[in-house]
Amino acid sequence: MKSQTPQAVILFSSTAHALMAEKIAKTQGFPCKLIPVPRHLSSDCGVCLRFNAEDRDALEAALRNRIDWTEICLLSSS
Amino acid sequence: MNKNIVYFDNAATSWPKPQVVYLTADRYSRSIGGSPGRSGHRLSIEAGRIILEAREKLASLFGISDPFRIAFTKNATEALNIAISGFLSSGEHCVTTSMEHNSVMRPLRAMEKKGIELTVVPCSSGGELNPLDIKKAIKKNTRMVICSHASNVTGTIMPVEEIGRFTRECGVVFCVDAAQTAGAVSIDVEEMGIDLLAFTGHKSLFGLQGTGGLYIRKGLETEITPLLRGGTGSRSEFEEHPDFMPDRFESGTPNTPGLAGLEAGVSFIMEKGINRIRKKEIELTRYFIEKLRAFTFVEIYGLQEAEKQIPVFSFNIKGVSPSEAALFFDEEYGIMSRPGLHCAPAAHRTIGAFPRGTIRFSLGYFNDTAELDRACAAISDLAGRRRVS
Repeated sequence: MKSQTPQAVILFSSTAHALMAEKIAKTQGFPCKLIPVPRHLSSDCGVCLRFNAEDRDALEAALRNRIDWTEICLLSSS
Repeated sequence: MNKNIVYFDNAATSWPKPQVVYLTADRYSRSIGGSPGRSGHRLSIEAGRIILEAREKLASLFGISDPFRIAFTKNATEALNIAISGFLSSGEHCVTTSMEHNSVMRPLRAMEKKGIELTVVPCSSGGELNPLDIKKAIKKNTRMVICSHASNVTGTIMPVEEIGRFTRECGVVFCVDAAQTAGAVSIDVEEMGIDLLAFTGHKSLFGLQGTGGLYIRKGLETEITPLLRGGTGSRSEFEEHPDFMPDRFESGTPNTPGLAGLEAGVSFIMEKGINRIRKKEIELTRYFIEKLRAFTFVEIYGLQEAEKQIPVFSFNIKGVSPSEAALFFDEEYGIMSRPGLHCAPAAHRTIGAFPRGTIRFSLGYFNDTAELDRACAAISDLAGRRRVS
C-alpha cells in the first residue's frame, strides 16, 4: 500500500508489546496499523506498528515508560 | 441449561458459565480464529488483541499494574509446576502447608527427591493455618513459601496477607495457589505481598477449561526456568528462547477460544463486582451450614464459618461411603457432587478423613437456596433409607 505521508515503523521484541502499543496509540488518536515486519528490517515473524513519521516524537512520548521497543525505522516512500 | 441438574462441583470446574462466555468463544472460533501474534494478517492481529484484552482484565482484577507480568498457561497446575520446578534448586528450602492440593504437593515431593528441603506446616483439623507457624518454619536457606488461598477440601481461607507481610520482610518468595479463589475472593498481589500467583480460568473466573496463568513479580522471571520452549512469534531469527515476559513462558499456539471465553468471564465478574459475588457465596454458605448442622447423622469437616471459607463443603453421612452417596445424589436427585480425596491426601489427613474421603459439595455464584433445600432432602432421604435397610 502506497502512502502520501512519510511512514515509519516501531519494532518490538514481542508481539504482545506491539499489540499493547497499538492500543495506546489508537486510544490517543494516532493513525497507525500493525503490519508484518518488513523483511529488510528484520526476519522476525512478528508484527510492527506503522505510523505517520511526523508523529514520531509525540508517539514516543506516549509509549515511553509504558512499552519497550527495540527500534524505530523510516519506511522508504516507494 | 438442564434444569433438572443441581451442579455442586464448581471446585472442579464451574458450570454453567455466563452465557456471554459461550457466545464469545463461539464468535472467536467462527469469525476470527487466527493464530495470535504469529502472522501479521488481520485475523492473527485480532486474535492477539483478544489475548491482550484478557491479560489486561486479569491484571486489573488482581491489582497487577503491568499486564505482561501474567503468562497464560493451560491451568493452575501448569502454572504451579513452572513456579515450583522452574524456581527451586537443590539445597534450597521450601515451606508449604498440610492443606495443599496435589498440584502443589506432587511437584514439591518430586523436587524433594532432587535435593530441595521441604517443610509441611500442619494445619488444624478445621483446615486452619496459623501464619506464625509459617514464620517459624522459615530458615536461612528458605527460598519460597507456597500455599493455597483456600482449600479445595474444606473451603478454609488461608491467611495469605499475614504470610505475605513476613515473606516480604525476610526476602522469601511467596507463591499463592489461587485455583479456588480467583474470581470469587478479592486478590491484590501488591497488598497481599504475593510474588507468584497461580490461577485457573475455568473455575470462579468462569472461563473455559484449558486456561490459566501465572503472575510473576517484576525481575523474578529470569530466575525461573520455563517448562516449555518453542515458537513465540517473537525473535524468530534466534534459536535461543526469549527471556522476557510473557513470551518466556508462552511457547506454542495458546488456547485462544478459551482465552476469549475467559476474557468474557472476567468482564462478567467485574460487572457484577467481586464483592457482590463474595457476599452471595457467603450467604449460601451460611444457609447450608445451618441446615447441615441440624442433621445428627452428618459429620461436617472444616471451620463452618461462612466468612472464613469459600462455598466448599466436605461432609460424611453415617454408615454411607462417599462414593455411594455421590452416586445416589446423581441418580435420584440430579445433584452433581464429588466423593473421595479430591486430589488432596494431605488435607484429608489433616481433617481426619483419610483414607475414607468425604462427599464434597462446591457451590458457585449460579447456585441458590432452593438447590440447597433439594440437597438437604436428598441427604435426609439417603440417611433414612440406610436406617430402614
